[in-house]
Amino acid sequence: MRAPLRFVLAAMLMLAAGPVLVVPVLVLPVLAQPVTDAARGNISASEMELQATLRGDIIRGRITIPDSRAANLIQPEGREWREFHNVTLGWIGGIAVLGMLALLVIFYLARGKIRMEGGPSGRTIQRFNWFERANHWMTASTFIILALSGLNITFGRYLLLPLFGPEIFAEATQLGKIAHNYLSFPFALGIVVMFLLWIRDNIPNALDVAWLRAGGGIIGHGHPPADRFNAGQKMIFWITVLGGGLVAASGYLLIFPFFFTGMQGMQLALIVHGILAVLMIAAMLGHIYIGTIGMEGAFDAMGTGQVDYNWARAHHSLWVEKEVVRARSTIDGTAKPAGAD
Amino acid sequence: MARMKFLCDADRCIECNACVTACKNENEVPWGINRRRVVTINDGRPGERSISMACMHCTDAPCAAVCPTSCFYTTADAIVLHDKDLCIGCGYCFYACPFGAPQYPRVGNFGGRGKMDKCTYCAGGPQADNSQAEYIQYGANRIAEGKLPLCAEMCSTKALLAGDGDIIASIYRERVQKRGYGSGAWGWRTAYRQDVSV
Ligand code: HEM
Ligand code: SF4
Ligand code: SF4
Repeated sequence: MRAPLRFVLAAMLMLAAGPVLVVPVLVLPVLAQPVTDAARGNISASEMELQATLRGDIIRGRITIPDSRAANLIQPEGREWREFHNVTLGWIGGIAVLGMLALLVIFYLARGKIRMEGGPSGRTIQRFNWFERANHWMTASTFIILALSGLNITFGRYLLLPLFGPEIFAEATQLGKIAHNYLSFPFALGIVVMFLLWIRDNIPNALDVAWLRAGGGIIGHGHPPADRFNAGQKMIFWITVLGGGLVAASGYLLIFPFFFTGMQGMQLALIVHGILAVLMIAAMLGHIYIGTIGMEGAFDAMGTGQVDYNWARAHHSLWVEKEVVRARSTIDGTAKPAGAD
Repeated sequence: MARMKFLCDADRCIECNACVTACKNENEVPWGINRRRVVTINDGRPGERSISMACMHCTDAPCAAVCPTSCFYTTADAIVLHDKDLCIGCGYCFYACPFGAPQYPRVGNFGGRGKMDKCTYCAGGPQADNSQAEYIQYGANRIAEGKLPLCAEMCSTKALLAGDGDIIASIYRERVQKRGYGSGAWGWRTAYRQDVSV
């Protein structure tokens, strides 16, 4: 690889260039008067590259091999994509993820765990059935692996490579990439099922405006009325469904490189994928917080599927009322209260 | 140390593809991969030029900057090489590269593209110089033998120049002086932020 060959090179190039080399190089710029050969068309590489850079264009030509991408001679905007990937995405991702973590820590220190008012009643009510929970956990677990393997693609070389060395890091990144590619399928399926299961209860309405005005009851005490999902949960729903949908769509463009789109499309897909991914990760950190250490009684909804009556009444008063009415109406009409005989 | 570059004098290139063939043969490049190619712009119109293009071994190389596993390195002669054992085939270098140099052995089902391959400036890879392992993964290492890349050596019209940047630029300038025209050093502004003004 080393090249103790400067003289060899110089000698060969002199041979190649022939006798013209004897002209002193320094006086050349003064002599410069290129003759225009009109029929050939006078074009300038430097000018074309400058124009392509300014316009975000590709200098394309004709090629005699089947790979049509090879006909792109120069695509200067690759440098812009590099700038996005190395600088912009780094900042957006860093601020979104670390910023959200910092906010949650501050919130926890200031507000602590949100307790159930009046404590648990001991009576429970079914909130999510096994199918809803299974789908939620399939989506959630694959999301976490997708997020970690994705963040590793963006930040691993700065954070993990120095810790583990190139061989181990490359091996882990390769495995992460395979996981990222294949787990995208259960993740995308989970998003679709979630959409179908819960869209009915997630249409925004006037209640949500009132709920948001009241700050969701997080600040202060009284709980604004809410149906099966309150405005906060609806926001998580739409972030998941729309964000997850777009992340999946852009991700599938990336998994099948150049199948659906060209160079600029691939770069754009990565930009969309990267930005939405880090924003979703930030939103999901908030979601995970409120579903676990942030609020007493919340985890049960996705754990056992049974939530405490008091929790349900506080956060989903209208939903509880409907459930109670529904439960009553399903009781057989001939049933009599105990001791009626 | 030299600063190795390529310069294609498009006013001499006759699109014979000798450079492409030389590269394929010297490095046993597999079917479907082209480390070097000849692109004709303005085909059949005024301003038609053919340019032989491969990795330009950029200054502050974009491929190296975006690689998630940081598998690129630059030799003392400023040749940009990479370690295939660390490559995960993500394709990022291809998105960042201004010249479409990185190539992949597979088209990519579910992201599996295989290890990236590109022009090594006939300088092999990280393995021991001119070892069997190096040859299988990266091809020839002519630089270690004190020779220039074979594409430029085989160029039938001496359009494609390889060697120290200052030397090949001065050769090109003199040609332009003598014949009175020249479309410039293709890719130099993009790769080296420099152009060969005459
Ligand atoms: C649902 C389907 C998804 C598919 C098909 C998909 C596919 C991909 C692909 C092909 C890449 C390029 C890197 C590589 O080849 O390994 C990538 C990068 C990435 N993905 Fe995904 N992904 C999906 C979901 C997600 C999700 C849910 C997240 C985050 C929560 C995510 C986060 C990322 C990040 C951060 C990157 C790196 C972006 C960059 O550095 O430019 N992906 N994804
Ligand atoms: S031409 Fe492409 S592959 Fe070669 S050094 Fe420049 S960016 Fe990297
Ligand atoms: S394809 Fe390989 S060399 Fe290119 S950026 Fe990805 S890991 Fe790096």
